[in-house]
Amino acid sequence: MLNIFEVTETNKMIEQENLDVRTITLGISLLDCIDSNVDTLCDNIYNKITTVAKDLVKTGNDIADEFGVPIVNKRISVTPIGLIGASACKKTDDFVKIAKTLDKAAKQVGVNFIGGYSALVAKGMTSAEELLIRSIPDALASTERIMSSVNLGSTKTGINMDAVRLMGDVIKETAMKTKDADSLGCTKLVVLCNAPDDNPFMAGAFHGVTEADAIINVGVSGPGVVKHALQSVHGESFEVLCETIKKTAFKVTRVGQIVAKEASKRLGIPFGIVDLSLAPTPAIGDSVADILCEMGLEYAGAPGTTAALALLNDQVKKGGVMASSYVGGLSGAFIPVSEDQGMIDAAVAGALTIEKLEAMTCVCSVGLDMIAIPGDTPNTTIAGIIADELAIGMINQKTTAVRIIPVIGKGVGENVEFGGLLGHAPIMPVNKFDCADFVNRGGRIPAPIHSFKN
Amino acid sequence: MKKMIITVVGQDTVGIIAKVCTYLADSGVNILDISQTIVSGWFNMMMITDMAAANKPVKSISDDLEELGKEIGVQIKCQSEDIFKGMHRI
Repeated sequence: MLNIFEVTETNKMIEQENLDVRTITLGISLLDCIDSNVDTLCDNIYNKITTVAKDLVKTGNDIADEFGVPIVNKRISVTPIGLIGASACKKTDDFVKIAKTLDKAAKQVGVNFIGGYSALVAKGMTSAEELLIRSIPDALASTERIMSSVNLGSTKTGINMDAVRLMGDVIKETAMKTKDADSLGCTKLVVLCNAPDDNPFMAGAFHGVTEADAIINVGVSGPGVVKHALQSVHGESFEVLCETIKKTAFKVTRVGQIVAKEASKRLGIPFGIVDLSLAPTPAIGDSVADILCEMGLEYAGAPGTTAALALLNDQVKKGGVMASSYVGGLSGAFIPVSEDQGMIDAAVAGALTIEKLEAMTCVCSVGLDMIAIPGDTPNTTIAGIIADELAIGMINQKTTAVRIIPVIGKGVGENVEFGGLLGHAPIMPVNKFDCADFVNRGGRIPAPIHSFKN
Repeated sequence: MKKMIITVVGQDTVGIIAKVCTYLADSGVNILDISQTIVSGWFNMMMITDMAAANKPVKSISDDLEELGKEIGVQIKCQSEDIFKGMHRI
């Protein structure tokens, strides 16, 4: 039978260490909504989402009440719209119309974000997918809850450099179109390599075509719990450090597994996966960077950071895998800059640079995330940063991503405030040297030799 | 059986257990186990209860207990046993 100390420990994690379920994400296939008429397509999409997801928010709140664990976000991911709109959309405005429909459906069911305004163009773009990509700036500027992602490469296909170059322009244009809100549109736009089909976290969530009609995916969060556990083994050996992270990760993940199973049962929708990611928020005590500091670093970004993060990421997986029947999504430690107070402090102190962040992304999920850069950064330089990050994913057979915000009208040292979970960030300097001739070459980078495993 | 865990945390005072138990009896909730301890000066109590035969929904019991806690000056939470078992038992 349970004892009082176990019960107290769990409640202390929830009340004092920010343990929560970050998101229940309901994946919905829109393949059966496809129509060649854009208005019919929009009606079909609206009807399907508002039917399948009608009880999502209420069910999430009920489970949170009964278990006493906060479930911060209830979200939806849909089949990439680049596929769904292919037959109906002849111009970018047609895609924007779908975006507005998704936004309306999200508001109707009460979810805070809907992901899947996406294109999967790892090897090539169809004309519809190119139209969708070109519509992203308008779509993000005219909606509130849409999240957009573009998969630009994979280990199996290589990197689509034409699309990488195009995204350099699209990111900048998105920044321009939302410049009155500190280029907020770019916080809702991510590019990826090896994007998973079942990721519950935004901005990269979409419902892959390999998935069933509807599925429940859950993302947990517990950086504060891990940090607190490590405080009790301060100065101990790596063995003790690793064991402590593993045990804590097991407990945190278990909460996600229970919530996911319960949501699946109550909604009558199959359980997909639990995403093991340690996801920080700007709240004090909910920081991945603070875990690195607790391990013995003065700031995230100090020498030793990549090793510390590699260790953390691996132990989180080892502990978490046993706690859940199905693990998927991104599963690792997230290192967004603006969404993590410890990372913000490190960037302000000058301990953290984009180059160091790039090294860190080799050993954790996911990539260069929520980094504010000067608004006058050339489009080709943004494309170069993307190409570098995707190359890391392609060669290392892992998911990598770039969510970078060129803040129009602001320069290095200034601050930018996105609000809420998106946080705030200092604008970080970008390497000034030119890469235009490289990214303008056109074509694609071939798949690496180790992708040929057949 | 619908096992729910009730926890009470706060300043120790006369009659906490009595008030909580009276409310539970009136609501048709069976108490299976009670343990109590003082952790760094704070009163900590845990009850394992069965709410299968309760005469009101679990959500209202949970809300009522929270309200009762505010009256006594302690924090009372009512949570499904599953969350604790999941975390502490393989």
